Amino acid sequence: MSQIVLTAERLSVGYWAGRGAPAVVLRDLNLTLHSGALVCLIGQNGAGKSTLMRTLAAVQRPLAGTVRIGGEDVHQLPIKRRARLISIVLTERAQTGLLSAREVTALGRLPHTDWTGRLSEADRAIVDWALQAVGAQVLAARPISELSDGERQKVMIARALAQETPLIFLDEPTAFLDLPCRVEIMALLRRLAHCTGRAILLSTHDLELALRSADRIWLLDGDGALQAGAPEDLVLSGAFARAFASESAAFDASSGTFKLCTEVRGALAVQGEGLRALWTRRALERAGFVVRQQMPAPFCVQVTQDGWQWRATHYSSLEALVEALLNANADPA
Amino acid sequence: MATRSEAQAWQSARLALRLGRRSIVFTALLIAVCGMFCLALAVGSVSVPLEDVLRALLGQATSRPAYATIVTQFRMPRALTALLAGAALAVGGVQMQTLFCNPLTDPFVLGVSAGASLGVALVVLAVGTTGASILAGIGLLGDFSMAAAASLGAAVMLLIVLSFAQRTQSILTLLIVGLMLGYAVSALVSLLLYFSIPERIQAYINWTFGSFGGVTWRQLPILALLIGVGLALSLALVKPLNALLLGEAYAQSMGINLRRARLGIILSTALLAGAVTAFCGPIGFLGIAVPHLSRILLRTADHCALLPTAMLLGALVAMLADLIAQVPGRQIILPLNAITALIGAPVVALIVMRQRSLRDAFSA
Repeated sequence: MSQIVLTAERLSVGYWAGRGAPAVVLRDLNLTLHSGALVCLIGQNGAGKSTLMRTLAAVQRPLAGTVRIGGEDVHQLPIKRRARLISIVLTERAQTGLLSAREVTALGRLPHTDWTGRLSEADRAIVDWALQAVGAQVLAARPISELSDGERQKVMIARALAQETPLIFLDEPTAFLDLPCRVEIMALLRRLAHCTGRAILLSTHDLELALRSADRIWLLDGDGALQAGAPEDLVLSGAFARAFASESAAFDASSGTFKLCTEVRGALAVQGEGLRALWTRRALERAGFVVRQQMPAPFCVQVTQDGWQWRATHYSSLEALVEALLNANADPA
Repeated sequence: MATRSEAQAWQSARLALRLGRRSIVFTALLIAVCGMFCLALAVGSVSVPLEDVLRALLGQATSRPAYATIVTQFRMPRALTALLAGAALAVGGVQMQTLFCNPLTDPFVLGVSAGASLGVALVVLAVGTTGASILAGIGLLGDFSMAAAASLGAAVMLLIVLSFAQRTQSILTLLIVGLMLGYAVSALVSLLLYFSIPERIQAYINWTFGSFGGVTWRQLPILALLIGVGLALSLALVKPLNALLLGEAYAQSMGINLRRARLGIILSTALLAGAVTAFCGPIGFLGIAVPHLSRILLRTADHCALLPTAMLLGALVAMLADLIAQVPGRQIILPLNAITALIGAPVVALIVMRQRSLRDAFSA
């Protein structure tokens, strides 16, 4: 059964700007992190993701309230003790020239070694295990500078694992990665949380991926409040759509994706089944049409075996179809 | 399956090579340093046969009595000074480059040598204008006067930089403050030079050329003690130095007290650079080049291996530069700083251009 690892009580985070009153970014937060769970912290830019992460990781002091790990106030702990509780992975590339992946991972053992930093047999075994856990054992001897961004981030995660902390915080770990890499890293983190029992908190802008992989979501609404819950609960309550409402994009709860808000050009219906019909709807929506279930015949697009049919004309690609629709829309005659 | 085991074999082979590389580099450098030390004792304006060098070292009678004097009284302290100074500057350079994550920093980046040069400039240039009493005082200090003034200047500069280090959060701010302090102090030296007389200016310029030859047996223990403390402190800082390779944020998350680590690294570097500048003048180039050469040789930035290697390589290069500066067989001695830069700069530029390691080591 999962246990509570971290508790934040009446936590307010922000900055002391000069001599005046502090700038409060988030106030009165009551949060818990459970072992074996992957939590994604999401919110718009400037909502306070980094400030909250930094405060929880004790890089920055809270304006009010406490953060406790196992009953101990994180901000009162000596830095060496803290290094055995929390490990971090950052967005930016670490400046790690001329170290092999194994050497970088081994640096994670620093809080556990004596002043010389010498590794024991047990330390080496943990480093090997950490590399294996992220699937980077084949990279072990390669210089970190030769690795791709995705491989590098895996090694940084291995380093955090080797630090053997109950908590791992990752600040936008997938920011610079391409989509397959992002999916892979998220899947990896989810597996690590579940298999190793670590509590993993990561901030991300990748909402669709967070919805699919997080056990819990911490949603910052931009007004200083945080809503926590299962991803699906937050979608159903409308909190997700509210937090990310903007002029140019809207969250569509039925698909779990964002849709661009384009000028509405008219309504159409799509007749057909399966994948081709689905992507036809998406193409029409992207062009600014509202897709309805039923429409009069002149406003119906038919998905056929080898293309698309509209007003007795055959189209062999969606591009051609959309172009014809837009032309007709601009010139109603 | 085949590819997996192949990859593992490849990996273990590379690991073995890397571990092997460390011991090979270290052994080779150790032998080279010993050889160079003997060479430094044998070669100079007068050549002493190696046999006599060994005899003089063992305290036995040499084929000519003068050889013993040349070796033990002149060349030994000179070679030992070069050895110590080279090791000190190389380690100081490694520390500054790691602390600032910057390949262009050297041990003098915090203004230590500027402080020392101001101390020397005050003694050499200003005494004439402020009266005979100070001159008498200088006379009392004897051959320690230059070194004492330089040490004092370096120490004052160190205190200023340390107080800034305590206050500032950003390491980059500290770097810029150090550089600006250096410029300001150099400006003061320029003013002193401007109002001084030619003979004294010449004396000051001679000091700035740098030399390992000015250290006597009497001074050597002091230099050795200062550098010994600096090097020991540096070796004790291996763990924070390694952690800093990942940047300050990661280092802090791994339990490194940044403030204490910074102070330790700055203190150690200032001791090393300050001691060398005080006794040998501002020796350029070694402190920036040897760390890079060491990394290229080792192919790792791990300070457990890097610091000892830099010590040995620094000692080797310093003795070699001094040997060349003495122009074996001739009666002239060239300025040491000219040699270190003239021979070293193109060599380093060539090596660095061929290697990706430097770019790798500091890829942001």
